Formats: sequence, structure tokens, C-alpha cells
Amino acid sequence: MQTIKEIQDEIIDEFSMFEDWEERYQYMIDLGKSLPLIAPEYKTESNIIKGCQSKVWVHAELDNDKIAFTADSDAIITKGIIAILVRAFSNQHPKDILDANTDFIDQIGLKEHLSPTRANGLVSMIKQIKMYAIAYQTQIQ
Amino acid sequence: MIDINKIRKDFPILNRQVNGKPLVYFDNAATSQTPQQVIDVIVDYYSNYNANIHRGVHALSQEATDKYEAARHTIQKHFNAKQAYEVIFTSGTTHSINLVANGFTSILKKGDQLIVSALEHHSNIVPWQMLCEKTGAILKVIPMTPEGELDMEAYDALLNDKTKLVFVNHISNALGTINPIKSIIDKAHKFGAAVLIDGAQASPHIKPDVQALDVDFYVTSAHKICGPTGVGMLYGKEEWLNKMEPYQGGGEMIDQVTFEKTTYAGLPHKFEAGTPNICGGIAFGAALDYMNAIGFDNIAEYEHELLNYGTKQLQDIEGLKIYGTSKNKTSVISFNLEGIHPYDVGTLLDKMGIAVRTGHHCAQPIMDYFKIPGTVRASFAFYNTKEEIDTLVQGVKKAKMMLS
Repeated sequence: MQTIKEIQDEIIDEFSMFEDWEERYQYMIDLGKSLPLIAPEYKTESNIIKGCQSKVWVHAELDNDKIAFTADSDAIITKGIIAILVRAFSNQHPKDILDANTDFIDQIGLKEHLSPTRANGLVSMIKQIKMYAIAYQTQIQ
Repeated sequence: MIDINKIRKDFPILNRQVNGKPLVYFDNAATSQTPQQVIDVIVDYYSNYNANIHRGVHALSQEATDKYEAARHTIQKHFNAKQAYEVIFTSGTTHSINLVANGFTSILKKGDQLIVSALEHHSNIVPWQMLCEKTGAILKVIPMTPEGELDMEAYDALLNDKTKLVFVNHISNALGTINPIKSIIDKAHKFGAAVLIDGAQASPHIKPDVQALDVDFYVTSAHKICGPTGVGMLYGKEEWLNKMEPYQGGGEMIDQVTFEKTTYAGLPHKFEAGTPNICGGIAFGAALDYMNAIGFDNIAEYEHELLNYGTKQLQDIEGLKIYGTSKNKTSVISFNLEGIHPYDVGTLLDKMGIAVRTGHHCAQPIMDYFKIPGTVRASFAFYNTKEEIDTLVQGVKKAKMMLS
């Protein structure tokens, strides 16, 4: 079982192979296309993350004290970003998710998406993931 | 005729690079760029005569007051207002609309009717909804056609003796449609209703004559017309401005203050409480001088050429759909690629140094009408070129390839 840090390092490695923005974004677009879809019953109004120009749904479930995230978006680049987040944080213990930092976003050249004015709401997505972790952490205790 | 090479030299920002590419700025409907002539006025103000205006006896204050009031006259002349005091400085279009909406609180009665159009920016919807909640007035909506034009027959049917106010934009920010405001105004006046025209999108393209239009209120923002942000204007007919209650209380807007009773100052000061954006107001005047020196007829002609060129080039891209196809429109092209989210297109264009706007453009009712989450909006100004449009077209094709 890989730790969040290990997964993040792996993602950084993958992104370091790209020479320009086109390759980086093409990869994200492909990731977006391959992201397993959220089950339709969870694509609800209450699972939408506010503050995104594109719609983003995130659903979380506790399984053996680990949180499994599924997500979707109507914009493909946003979906690619979510795919990266899901890969980094899904199937991890709530405490590890809470302790994890998100510097890897910066290191894979997506820093611009972290600005609070960015309409894709990457910041809101991370916040939502951490909120789920807090909620489930309390449930486990 | 426009000397495009000369004009481009006036805008320092057009020389910068974005993401390693020369900037192509097509977000002019959101805010226009600032020419050196206006930047110089701003620098001159803070370098030489920054002072609070109107009551200072010292030289700097006199100078700043003179320049600020001269700017008011420039704006008066530009919009052909009858009196300079019918021009109220505000922080922008949104402030102007809220000022009028607030001013009508004590004029409206329960059951009075207000008419808005389906083509409006949220800032010309929400203040009126708030007014309706306060007064019990009812908001009616002029619907739009698939071309993005107002349904004028439906408008006729909405007007009646209970109609007190009509508010419509001169040009739609999301689609670029030029609305038939003269006809809208004349028809409303037959029922004694006042009309407010939101000119934020029209001001960079058209020089309106408020007296010829016989409009009751005309509002706009300086930053759409090569001026700075945070300043705008409300033109209001004297009779209406006198009837309306003040928006904000404070310094400048008073005649006499005692704890028993305060009497208000006359126009325009009644609506200009507090220290205004002095530098901004002066720069607003300078921006209008700059635009008028080029000439609005020249600007409109050149931008129309850009619109036709851009429309033709973009239409040739397979699967691209343009929203807002009125024959009467300004240089705004709102579009989507089939099956692709506008946000994705905008993000990739940004990586190529091309600035467009994506989203609902603060006009959700229009997006709901077309059943889309938003559009990509490219809006051209007189300092843009056909070569830049070619770059956009190449960019859209590349984005389409990457996203399909």
C-alpha cells in the first residue's frame, strides 16, 4: 500500500517527463477521460463543489477505515485535475489525508490552478477532500 | 480610418507576453486596456496635484477640483447631457444602477410594475429584485429570440399604466446584441414609465446622445472605455434626480447638518457622499478625450470589420456554434465547440497567450435559455488586429484537437 507521499512523488516523476505545456495538458485531458465516473446517484446537487466554473461532483465513502473518493466534472481538464487528486488521496486513512500537504500540485506545473481566483476551484476541491477526511476521522473515533 | 500601428503603440500592455507568447487580448468586454495618455494623467495627478476636492482653499485642492469638474464637463459633452450636474460620478455601472434602484424605493408603490429584459447582466437584475422585495413592485421580463434579440411584441404586451420603470442594456455583454433602445424608451414614455439604459457594453463602441434618446437614466463604467476601474457615471434627467432620495449619507452630500435635521446638497453632490475617486474621474475624462480623438465612427467601422472577419473565420471551424446572431451586434463573439466545455477551451487558449472569457458572463438567464453552462467569449477592441484573430482561430483549432 503506497502512502500519499509516495503516490505524489510518482505523479511528480510522471510530469517531469513532459517538455512543454501541451504535453502536460494533453496528459491531464487523457487522465480526465479515463477517470472512473461517479455513480449517477451521487451526482447530486449536494455533492457539487461551489466556486467552480465547471461543475464538480465529489463523493466519499468509508471502507475499512479508508476513504474512497469518486468524482466527476463536466469539463475535461478539471476532470484531469480531479483524477490526480483522487489518485493521491483515495483509499487512504482520514488522518493521513488531513496530514498530507499539497505541494506536489506546484511541482507538477499546475500552480496557476491553485490561485484563489482560478475558476476551476482546485482549492475548493482540496478543501472538500479534507472536509470529508475530518468528518470520517470523527466517525472512526 | 484607423492607423492601427499608431494606436497599438499607445497601449504598453499589448507588448507583454503571457505564458511565453505575445498577448492576444480578447477580453475587452470585461475590461478595456489603458492607453499611455490615460496612464500619464493618473501619474500626473498623484505626482503633482493630489488633494481632496471642493472645499479646500489651497492651490492643490483648487487644481484638483477644477480638473475633476472639467472631467464632468467632458462626460456631459460626450453623452450630450443638458446639464453637467445631471452627470453623477459613481464607482461604476453597478453602483449607478443600485443608486437609481435605491432612489426609487420611496417613489414606488405595491403592485407597480418594472420591466427588465432577458438579456441583462446580473447587475441590472439583482438591484431591481431587491427593490421589488422592499416595495412590493412586480418584475416582468421581456423574453429573447433564438438570435439573441429582444421580443419587441412581447415588450408591447408587458407595458401598461402600472409600468413605472424599464431597464435594459444598450448592448448585451454576453451576446453583443445592440438593442433597439430608442423604441424601448419611446414606448415606455407613452405609459409614463422611466427608462434606465445600462450602457456599460455600448460605451466603448457607440457615442450615445442622451437628449436625442430622451432616456431618463444612462449608466456606464470608465474601465470599459479605456479608463481606470472603480469609477463610472450615472446620467439622470434633472427632474428624476431631484425626486430620488440620496443613496449614501456623508460628507459632501449635505447642505446643513444638525442633530435635529439635515438638508441635502443640490445636484450632483446630493449623490456624491464622501471623497470620490478623484484621480479616476479625471482619468475617465482623459479616456473619453482619447477615444474621441480617434473618433467613434472610425472605431465602430474598424471593429465591425474585425467582427465580420472573426465571425467568418470561426464559423469555418467544424462543430463551432456562435450564440447571438443578430444583425445588429458589436464586436463580441460568444461560441462553443460541440461537446466541449467552454472552460476547457479558455484554459488552453490562455496557455497560448490568448485572453478570452469563459463562463456565464454574469448572465445566467441567457445561458439557461440556450441550455448551456456558458460560452467562450472573444470581444474585440479597436486596438486588436486581424492577425490576432488568426491566432485565436489557430488556437481554437488546436484546443479542439487536444480536447476531442
